Amino acid sequence: MSRLDKGGLIDRAQTRRFTFDGEYFEGFQGDTLASALLANNVKLVGRSFKYHRPRGIVGGATEEPNGLVELRSGARREPNTRMTTTELYDGLEAFSQNRWPSLDFDVLAINGLLSPFFGAAFYYKTFMWPKAAWEKFYEPAIRRAAGLGRAALEADPDAYEKSNAFCDVLVIGSGPAGLSAALAAGRSGARVILAEEDFEFGGRLLSERTPINDAAPTEFVAKTLAELRALPNVRLMRRTSVVAIYDDCYAAVERVGDHLRTPEKYKPRQILWRIAAKRAVLAAGALDRPIVFGGNDRPGVMLAAPVQSYVNRFAVAPAQRMAVFANNDAAWTTAFDAHDSGAEIAMLIDTRDAVAPALAEAAQKRNLRVILGGEVFATKGKCLESIEIRANGHTERLAVDGLAMSSGFSPNVALTCHHGGKPVWDESLAAFVPGKCPPGLHVAGAAAGAYALSDCLAQGAAKGALAATEAGFQATAPDTPKTHDTPRALKTFWHVEASKGMAFVDFQNDVCAKDIVLAHQEGFVSVEHLKRYTTMGMATDQGKLSNVPGLAIMAKQRGKTIAETGTTMFRPPWSPVTLGAFAGHHRGKDFRPARLTPTHALAEELGAVFTEAGPWLRAAYFPRQGETDWKQSVDREVRAVRENVGVIDVSTFGKIELQGPDVGKFLDRIYINTFSTLPVGKARYGVMLREDGFVMDDGTTARLSEDRWIMTTTTANAAKVSQHLDFCLQVLWPDLDVRAVSVSEQWGQIAVAGPRSRGLIAQIVDDPAAISNDSLPYMGAVETSVLGGVKARIFRLSFSGELGFEIAVPAHEAEQLARKLLETGAEWDVTFYGLEALAVMRIEKGHVSGPELNGQTSAADLGFGRMASTKKDYIGAVMARRPALTDPERMGFVGFKPVNPKEVLRAGAHVLAQGAAATTANDLGYLTSATVSPTLGGAIALGFIKGGAARIGEIVRAWDGVRGTDIPVEICAPAFYDPKGERLHG
Amino acid sequence: MLIPCPYCGVRDAQEFSYRGDAMPVRPDPAAPDAEEKFHDYVYLRDNPAGAFKEIWHHSAGCRRWVEVERDTLTHEIKATRFSAEGRRA
Amino acid sequence: MRYSLFNVIVNGLTKNLFAERAWRDPDPRPAYDVLVIGGGGHGLATAYYLAKNHGIANVAVLEKGWIGSGNAGRNTTIFRSNYLLPGNEPFYEHSLKLWEGLEQELNYNVMASQRGIVNLIHSDAQRDAYVRRGNAMRLAGADSELLDAAQVRKLLPFLNYDDARFPIKGGLLQARAGTARHDAVVWGYARGADKLGVDILQNCEVTGFLRGADGAVTGVETVRGPIRAKKVALAVAGSSSRLASKLDLRLPIESFVLQAFVSEAIKPLIPGVFTFGAGHFYISQSDKGGLVFGGDLDGYNSYAQRGNLPVIEDVMEGGMALLPLLGRLRLLRQWAGLCDMSMDGSPIIDIGPLPGLYLNAGWNYGGFKATPASGWCFAHTIARDEPHPLTAAMRLDRFRTGHVIDEKGVGAQPNLH
Repeated sequence: MSRLDKGGLIDRAQTRRFTFDGEYFEGFQGDTLASALLANNVKLVGRSFKYHRPRGIVGGATEEPNGLVELRSGARREPNTRMTTTELYDGLEAFSQNRWPSLDFDVLAINGLLSPFFGAAFYYKTFMWPKAAWEKFYEPAIRRAAGLGRAALEADPDAYEKSNAFCDVLVIGSGPAGLSAALAAGRSGARVILAEEDFEFGGRLLSERTPINDAAPTEFVAKTLAELRALPNVRLMRRTSVVAIYDDCYAAVERVGDHLRTPEKYKPRQILWRIAAKRAVLAAGALDRPIVFGGNDRPGVMLAAPVQSYVNRFAVAPAQRMAVFANNDAAWTTAFDAHDSGAEIAMLIDTRDAVAPALAEAAQKRNLRVILGGEVFATKGKCLESIEIRANGHTERLAVDGLAMSSGFSPNVALTCHHGGKPVWDESLAAFVPGKCPPGLHVAGAAAGAYALSDCLAQGAAKGALAATEAGFQATAPDTPKTHDTPRALKTFWHVEASKGMAFVDFQNDVCAKDIVLAHQEGFVSVEHLKRYTTMGMATDQGKLSNVPGLAIMAKQRGKTIAETGTTMFRPPWSPVTLGAFAGHHRGKDFRPARLTPTHALAEELGAVFTEAGPWLRAAYFPRQGETDWKQSVDREVRAVRENVGVIDVSTFGKIELQGPDVGKFLDRIYINTFSTLPVGKARYGVMLREDGFVMDDGTTARLSEDRWIMTTTTANAAKVSQHLDFCLQVLWPDLDVRAVSVSEQWGQIAVAGPRSRGLIAQIVDDPAAISNDSLPYMGAVETSVLGGVKARIFRLSFSGELGFEIAVPAHEAEQLARKLLETGAEWDVTFYGLEALAVMRIEKGHVSGPELNGQTSAADLGFGRMASTKKDYIGAVMARRPALTDPERMGFVGFKPVNPKEVLRAGAHVLAQGAAATTANDLGYLTSATVSPTLGGAIALGFIKGGAARIGEIVRAWDGVRGTDIPVEICAPAFYDPKGERLHG
Repeated sequence: MLIPCPYCGVRDAQEFSYRGDAMPVRPDPAAPDAEEKFHDYVYLRDNPAGAFKEIWHHSAGCRRWVEVERDTLTHEIKATRFSAEGRRA
Repeated sequence: MRYSLFNVIVNGLTKNLFAERAWRDPDPRPAYDVLVIGGGGHGLATAYYLAKNHGIANVAVLEKGWIGSGNAGRNTTIFRSNYLLPGNEPFYEHSLKLWEGLEQELNYNVMASQRGIVNLIHSDAQRDAYVRRGNAMRLAGADSELLDAAQVRKLLPFLNYDDARFPIKGGLLQARAGTARHDAVVWGYARGADKLGVDILQNCEVTGFLRGADGAVTGVETVRGPIRAKKVALAVAGSSSRLASKLDLRLPIESFVLQAFVSEAIKPLIPGVFTFGAGHFYISQSDKGGLVFGGDLDGYNSYAQRGNLPVIEDVMEGGMALLPLLGRLRLLRQWAGLCDMSMDGSPIIDIGPLPGLYLNAGWNYGGFKATPASGWCFAHTIARDEPHPLTAAMRLDRFRTGHVIDEKGVGAQPNLH
């Protein structure tokens, strides 16, 4: 065991049992999977992406490139999970990934031997011969080798939520700067949210030992948290990563149940928080970086700052005998802390020739062996066994099983770049610091390049107070607690050029220093080209470790500074986010709400089969006992309407009520035909265009009184037409005295159609005289009442072609109306019919509908050319006059029937002349709607053909290559049934 | 993105539908060059990288068309008002 | 040195002794026959085919940043020819044929992989519309197949078939469609054009145009000095309006942001490309293992090259509705490109509208697949001063005449295309 005897923030009373690759281990509450494995001396935890090199844990948080596992199993299997951010829980299962047959022996490690040939971008230069081999051989092999973990193959069983939060000041990160900022803002009364990615508040204060106010830093954390918790205006959110900054919105993900075996009952696994914050303080700290040297990827080589965390926070010595290799003072503190905790520090190698005397003294006091002006140039062992050091012309091999490396820190500036701001290179820190930030975002502490503890505390307090002040509160920065600063000096150093073995820049993607040299040699010198050519920074850690050393090596190749070389963009998210969190509960049946008609429950009782019609669920047909397929039911329903009486819910149509003295004038400008002349009590069919001259929608509009009108739109265009009317009234013609409001939801509408429809309706209308042929002729509209006092609007309209009425009642009365029609109609054998029968009947009648109103057709195309008034302006009138829209060769609306009446036509077929080859040039048109008509006893279809109605009588072919049919058809008029409309007047 | 609706106050942009350039004015259909003018009106809209006046419909709110002054590079909204061609002309 | 296994071995054994620049980095010359503005896929392909097909090699490609920095390097790498209208489909089918031999043509492995695309069908009306499309594809010589629900299930067993809000009723398959490595396409064309003598000028932003007495375009002002040319060709996608405004031209184009997403790499899961027919979502898997997916535009004019959360949520909701196993995978990175959305959703390749000027724009969110044919036809247009037959319908005056190519039938509302 590498667990230190004492210390750490783990709860040694609470043992946590877990498995890694099937082997049982124990850790403690407060451990991460990484710290628990290190405590159990498990060094080898993964394999790299390309060369399948053995790898160990390198980092301590989201930056971890190597320690990725498949966490959990079955439907909850979660690939690429960072061990370093996985809280240990009892029963945790983790599996190493991207290795075969085992982690210890991985066949594809042979790639490492071939690495001279597998350098950057080699795949663009080969695998091209023979041509067919790419898809058949090379690519499948590459794909199998690539990828990391395996996705679960079942639906994710856990729930996700989305939620909104509002605050004055959002503080991101709870280290010294974040805690101070939250305190400063919180004391002012501002609503504060403090979001911490970790499962404990405190940030680096959990991993360091520098006293604050003469006490352990964890005491400062506890005290500050206690005060924050006592403030009702402060909300503390741990396990919450702020991952992106959008316009007026911070996106954060709270991991509610990831630290448990399964989420608690009725609780989500994760919540996506959309946080609207007036101001924010980014206090996300900084991450340590590697040095690029030969063999720097061996298990046992780690970043220095995480080593300090393992020692101090988790009470783990990551190795039995360690060395430290760095260019900065901070790494010395790691060495001291480790030594003071009882771990063996065999050597401290610093690339600098000299360090501050105090630092040297502190090392001497501890009897640490220090090599200045030295470098590690090679390592040995599958897991680290020894390092080779060069200094002052001498080389030495040192047996160690751990090496802590550091080339300095990179502030976590990613969020500052989410609005396009570019970070700025600071040569003194050898790091990128925030540039132009998103509006309202302040940066404090290590994230701003202020690493010293006192600076973090002071800056956090100042920025917290500033943010609260800007949000409208009177805030002052609290006094900075007493502390002292550990030394932070650094001298730029990135790469041990005279190295033995592969020197890694990007650990996960296996990008080596030599790959960057090659990219330079081949001209891929822009940072984005470098990234894309070598894949540096494209792994799951998104370059958190690799970017800066990689850029430094490229800058050196180019003979430029890092500032001149630039950096790649930091794109959201800051750390990878579960896709489920973004989706929330919008999955399965709840993906989108289903709109139900007012008579849905009744339709269910009647055994309807429902179909999706846009957002609506509509009854498609109502099968009866003995019917074996849908067509039987539909044919019966059609016959019932044609011969007797049928009922259908047509509430889905858009309904727009228009009021005011200018409605007639307004409608004249909206429709191609004239409405101002429509008498009260009458309805008229109208066609409206878009301003580009193509048809937008059709429907009937009725005049209920002198200045009250009701428009119906198609179901699909209800919202669009309403918005269009709003535009015309508010923007184009505000002088017109018209009000238009959608009443689609307020009115239910039931159509009753068939020769016996009037008789049926007479039973439910309070005043049967109101629906007589005289008072309500075809295209008449009347306001009356039904069912004893329920107000109703009855329109004598018909989509089916039979005598028909549409009865509109307040939506909550529509079900009652339908039930009454069913009950009353029982003796008439009334038939409820569905969308399918309606569609059959409208094809029989040659009415246009969705497939014809496809946005590509003009009024003339659809046969409405003569409806268009030439005496007035209307939307689309001018553009409809363009040459292409008036071309006589344009496709026009016609009907088709097969020459052989036994043939069946299908929509989607194209039209070709007899004997013509199937080419685009010969394409004459297409079938939009087709059915086998029970009324006419054969297939009929609607569609478009070049030249339109002028070609009626010609024989052409319905060519359906996709379905493999080619059927001779006769072009005919679209109205197949009762073309003169005599039945409507019955 | 939040849009300050002149009627409803600050609302999420999701409540609005977008149309685009606020400036085109519907031409006189009786003008001799009406077809050319309508071509420009329907198809040519400003598309600047920077300050832009555009219209949005508060479809899930007050249903007013709102003219929004927004920077297309930063998405910063400077001002909003009810839209009406007549008032502008 | 040609790229080949031999090249890889030699450089492996010699520590890259023979590795050479993929393309030169020349200084601008004072004048060229043709200037192509825009070092994206379309611009570079245009230069390549000008040299290759038309013998015009005195060409420079001007790129304001690094080549491929625009939409060529920000797309979701899909190529397909599943268009509906006769103005579009034969062009895209020609492009697909060029994709089929691009590695050999360019001596560069662009990893074009014909993994197929399935457009899922969720209603009878949608099936009819897709059959119409599938037939239009076949008329143009492309491949298309109608799949029933069982065939889709066999191909994509992991979709949500049992509790879907919008049940999957079938699909339209184009087996020859696929994906390619987008950056490699840029680099392959750049290397190919360079070898034929084309100058690729990076960090060479155009700041203005040189004009002749008759208003003709005679060259450009750049940050690297003025460059004259007989012909100046614009291929700048989302920046089209910005550059056209320097010539006082207004184009029927608006710029919108389209976001794209990639997950962490996982072992092979998704065989090709498929699209959701009842929501905005499509997905494929890269060779490296990342799931690459996207959805709808951010619906307002923008040059910000970054998107907003509502569309991200919409895309992920579509993803989870279709593939409920996605829940536990993680989004690694999101980015956004500037789409030059045209007023009918189809592109413009044309001569003019000023003398000496040639226009290639309006690719909406679908420019990547068009790269080879766009270069092919634009080069023809520039070299011969006449439209290529395949792009004869894609002229600018179609908005005046009404010969719009409106696949979706939504009219002059670019954010709806």
